Amino acid sequence: MHDDHDHHEHHHDHDHGMYEVDPLHYHPPQPDLEDSKLTHHQIMQMAVAELLIEKGVITADELRAQIDFMDSITPARGATLVARAWTDPAFKERLVADSRKAGAEIDMELGPIPILVMENTPTVHNLIVCTLCSCYPKMLLGTPPDWYKSRSYRRRAISEPRKVLAEFGTTLSDDIELRVHDSTADMRYLVLPMRPEGTDGMDEAALARLVTRDCMVGVAVPQS
Amino acid sequence: MTDRRRHHDMGGVPEADPIPQEGHTSEPWEKRVDAIKALLSDNKRKLLTTDEMRRGIEDLGADAYERYSYYERWIASVTNNMLEKKVFTVDELGRKMAEIEARQDNKPL
Amino acid sequence: MSARYKEGDSVRVRTAYPPGHCRTPFYCRGKSGVVVRHCGEFRNPEELAYGAYEGPLTPMYRVRFEQKDLWPDYDGSARDKCEIEIYEHWLVPAEGADHA
Repeated sequence: MHDDHDHHEHHHDHDHGMYEVDPLHYHPPQPDLEDSKLTHHQIMQMAVAELLIEKGVITADELRAQIDFMDSITPARGATLVARAWTDPAFKERLVADSRKAGAEIDMELGPIPILVMENTPTVHNLIVCTLCSCYPKMLLGTPPDWYKSRSYRRRAISEPRKVLAEFGTTLSDDIELRVHDSTADMRYLVLPMRPEGTDGMDEAALARLVTRDCMVGVAVPQS
Repeated sequence: MTDRRRHHDMGGVPEADPIPQEGHTSEPWEKRVDAIKALLSDNKRKLLTTDEMRRGIEDLGADAYERYSYYERWIASVTNNMLEKKVFTVDELGRKMAEIEARQDNKPL
Repeated sequence: MSARYKEGDSVRVRTAYPPGHCRTPFYCRGKSGVVVRHCGEFRNPEELAYGAYEGPLTPMYRVRFEQKDLWPDYDGSARDKCEIEIYEHWLVPAEGADHA
């Protein structure tokens, strides 16, 4: 789903690919798999990759580049946007209005899927779930944690969100409106948490370190 | 009423289990599944829409949905979609999987 | 296709149970809410899922529901809300709403 991403060409003198197709010269795909027998689905994954490469649908270089690209996306990207929004109110307005444009201002590519930034305020707290699968703002937070994809979170976050928040150590007073966003279709969501008290002297980089992944999903709030 | 609800559509279904707090780091084969899906869906290939991917996961049925891990569901859906699109055949897939299995069995420990 | 609803309109999600792929959660079917945003026009996931990539664009909205309307036993705050992305063909005007 990184349609806008330009893959860099990689050149290797000897292509010791993950998917060496000659069985006599087979290199194990990863050291961690050497000692344990491959599962049915792991074999299926390798077979699909090799077939796609043999048929010219994808190349081994594209596959490696895609993995490198996905590894490079971490919650630090989302945290950078949040910290900037905390220190620059005009940027915050632009981020909430159109996150893709706001990201582009600081050369951050947000990808083809619109990401809506939901701002927490003294009266509203936002929480993100995908009850139908596991939609997640991957371009800002990377791959979702296991709990986000769990049956328990998908079932409960929508119907008993305050109990779920309590399991993450987050309690909200009844005066605060808890707004749960079910990420069902063509949008993705990022929570813009409130800047914690006692952070007045902190610069953007220090502020960004307070912004955890969980804060940007809405199960936690930043601690100073 | 409940048989009208498809298994994956689980928002609000009563659930006693707490949210699992311990996670695992993505394994290399899981990252490869993720990357394969992304490449097949990109503008260069346009071979797999997100909704085709989701449909393939939903159509595994409730039993497989619960039994398979997240990325097991993913590779099963990718595979079924590629078969449907005639990118490769069942015979090619079966032979390739047997070949990979044989490679690993012949591998010195 | 021009959007039938606008921000602030009261809508109800159709009570329908098609057996195939769709992105309208079971728990909101038949429930009433308020349109809070018209997100734009998108291909219908119910067509995209079956290989029809060039079907008509359809408006999609974010609809806000009162949690107490979705869950009879909801025990959070009476202020709590739920927001869901819903495609236009799943929506009808809420009963009593004025829709010419």
